[in-house]
Amino acid sequence: MTQPIIPAEPLVDLNGVTLSRRGLAVGAAALFLPNRLYAQTPGQDTAIVVDRARTDPIPVAIPGFVGADGESQRLGSDIASVITNNLARSGLFRAIDPAAFIGQTTGDVPNFANWKGIGAQALVTGKVENQGGTKVRVEFRLWDVLPGQQIQGTAYSTETANWRRIAHIISDVIYERLLGEKGYFDTRVVYIAGTGPRDRRVKRLAIMDQDGENNRFLTDGTWIAKSPRFHPTRDQIAFMSYANNKPRVYLFDLASGRQQPLGDFAAMTLSPRFAPDGNSVIMSQTTPGGNADIYTIDLGSRQARRLTDSGSIDVSPCYSPDGTQITFNSDRGGDQQIYVMNADGSGVKRISFGKGRYGTPVWSPRGDLIAFTRLSDATFAIGVMRPDGSGERILSESFYVEGPTFAPNGRVIMFWRETPARDARGTGFSARLVSIDITGFNERQMTTPTDASEPAWGPLLA
Amino acid sequence: MNVKILGAFAAVALLAACSDNTAATAGNGASAAAAGIVPGSQEDLVANVGDRVFYDLNKSSLKTDGKATLDRQAAWLAKYAQNNVQIAGNCDERGTEEYNIALGQRRAAASRDYLVAKGVAATRITTISYGKDRPTALGSNEAAYAQNRNAITSVR
Repeated sequence: MTQPIIPAEPLVDLNGVTLSRRGLAVGAAALFLPNRLYAQTPGQDTAIVVDRARTDPIPVAIPGFVGADGESQRLGSDIASVITNNLARSGLFRAIDPAAFIGQTTGDVPNFANWKGIGAQALVTGKVENQGGTKVRVEFRLWDVLPGQQIQGTAYSTETANWRRIAHIISDVIYERLLGEKGYFDTRVVYIAGTGPRDRRVKRLAIMDQDGENNRFLTDGTWIAKSPRFHPTRDQIAFMSYANNKPRVYLFDLASGRQQPLGDFAAMTLSPRFAPDGNSVIMSQTTPGGNADIYTIDLGSRQARRLTDSGSIDVSPCYSPDGTQITFNSDRGGDQQIYVMNADGSGVKRISFGKGRYGTPVWSPRGDLIAFTRLSDATFAIGVMRPDGSGERILSESFYVEGPTFAPNGRVIMFWRETPARDARGTGFSARLVSIDITGFNERQMTTPTDASEPAWGPLLA
Repeated sequence: MNVKILGAFAAVALLAACSDNTAATAGNGASAAAAGIVPGSQEDLVANVGDRVFYDLNKSSLKTDGKATLDRQAAWLAKYAQNNVQIAGNCDERGTEEYNIALGQRRAAASRDYLVAKGVAATRITTISYGKDRPTALGSNEAAYAQNRNAITSVR
C-alpha cells in the first residue's frame, strides 16, 4: 500500500526535431502558441491561462504508446487511455478522437503536418519497453505541434504493476507544462463506502485513485467509519470509528493496515483533520452537557490543547494552508454557521451570513477560498467564499450535497450527492461522489462500487 | 395518545428487528420470543413505557410529551434497579454528518440529564450518538424526519 518512488530521467533530444531545445526555460517559452496565451513560467498569470482553457479546451492528441511486443503495446494503449481520461475529465483539454489520427505513431519525431491537420495543438507520444520480469520503462514526450517542438521528454522505470501511477505522473507533467500550474492526477481519494439498508447501514473506510480506479476497502464494516482525512505527507489517515461502541478519532496506517485511537479521551471525539505541517490533528470532543469543543493533539507528545469553549457545538475544524488560522462551524449564534479564528483560538469571527445554515468549511490549498455546504429546507448547496466571508458563489445545488474537499492544486472540488428515498423502505436513496471545477463548470459524477460519501482528497504522491 | 401510537409502532419495529440476526437495535437481554412480554425487559420498556423521545428540527430541548415519556422511564428504572440503559441520540438526514453526530450527542445528553434529575443514578446511563446513521424511518419526508430526531433508550 505504501506508494513507491518512481524514478524519472530526462530523455535526450531526438534527432530531427525541428527546433532544438536549449533547456527547460526555452522549452517553457515555446509554449507561446499562436492565438493562445499559455504560461511563460509556471505560476505566472495561471488563472488567465486556465480560464482560457476552460472556455476553449486545449486540443490534445494522445496516441497509444508504442511497444515492441504485444504486451508492451497493450500497456502503452492503456497508459494513453488513462492520460486521455485524466486530461478530458479536467475539462481543460479536449482529447482528439483517435479515429481521426493519420498514419502510424512510432514514438519518434512525429510528422507534425498530420497532427496539425486534425487540429491538435499538443501531442503526447510514448514508448513502453519491457525490461524483463516485472520491470517496465516508459518514455514519454510532449510536443508543441504548431512550431513542431518538444516541450518535455522523460522516462520512468518501475514495476509494471505501477503503470497507472506512471500514467498519472505523465498526466500531471502535461497539465503543468501546458497550464502553468500543478496537476492533481497522481493522487488518491479516501471516502466512506456505504452498503445495506439505511437503518443498519454498513460504513467502511475506502480508498481509490482520483479517477475512481484501484478501489480498496480498508475496514471490514464491523463498526461505522466516518470523516476520513489524509495526512499531508505520511501514508496515514485520520478518521472516526465506532469501534467497541465508543466513537473516537483513530489513525489508520495505510502501509500496515493498523489503526490506533488518537489520544485517551473520556468523551466522544470527532471531525479530525491534520494540521498543514502534519504534526498535529485538530478535532472536536463532546462535553458532558452535550456541546463540542475544538482541540489540537500533538502527534509527537499526544498533548491535547483546547481551543474553544463556547457552550455550543463547535465541529469540523480546518486550518488555513499556512497554519495561522482555523475555520469551523458552530451553533453558538443559534444555528450552524461558519467561523474563522486564529490558530490559538483567539479572534473568533463569523463569516457566513447568507440565507440558511452553513457547515463543513474547508480551506483551499491556495488559501484564497473556503468551500462549504449551505443547508436550507428544500435544497443543499456546495459553494465557496473568501476567508472574510465575501464573494460567496454557489457551485452545485440539489436535494442533498455535502462535504467539499479540494484537489491539492485547489482547482477542483469533490463532494457527495444523495438522492431522496421514494418510499418508506428507503428505495431510491443513493450517495455518489461528484467533482466540479471551482468555477462551477465541468461537474462529473464518479463511479464507485458502492454508495460513497465523505470524500477527502489526498496530496500529490510524486 | 400520540405517544402510545408511537410506542406501538416502535414495538412492531423492534419485533421485526429481533427476527433478523443482524439487527443491532435490540437490547442485549431482549428475548425474541413473540409470546408474553417479560416485565423489566426491553420489550416491556418499548411497549409499556416508551423507549424514545422526539425533538424538533435542530433542537435538543425536551418537549412536554418527551418529558412524560422520560418520567415513565425514570419510574420504570426505579422499579427495575438492575437495568442499566444506553441512550442513543439520532438526527434526521437534513444535516451535515459531523454536526449531526454532535447534535445527536446533545439530544442523548438532554434525555440523560432529565432522567438523572428524576433520580436515576448517572452511572446506570451511557450515551452515544449515531448522527443520522441509524434512522428509524427510511423515507425522505417530514414525517420520517420527525421520527428520526430522537433519543432512544435501550437496556444494556
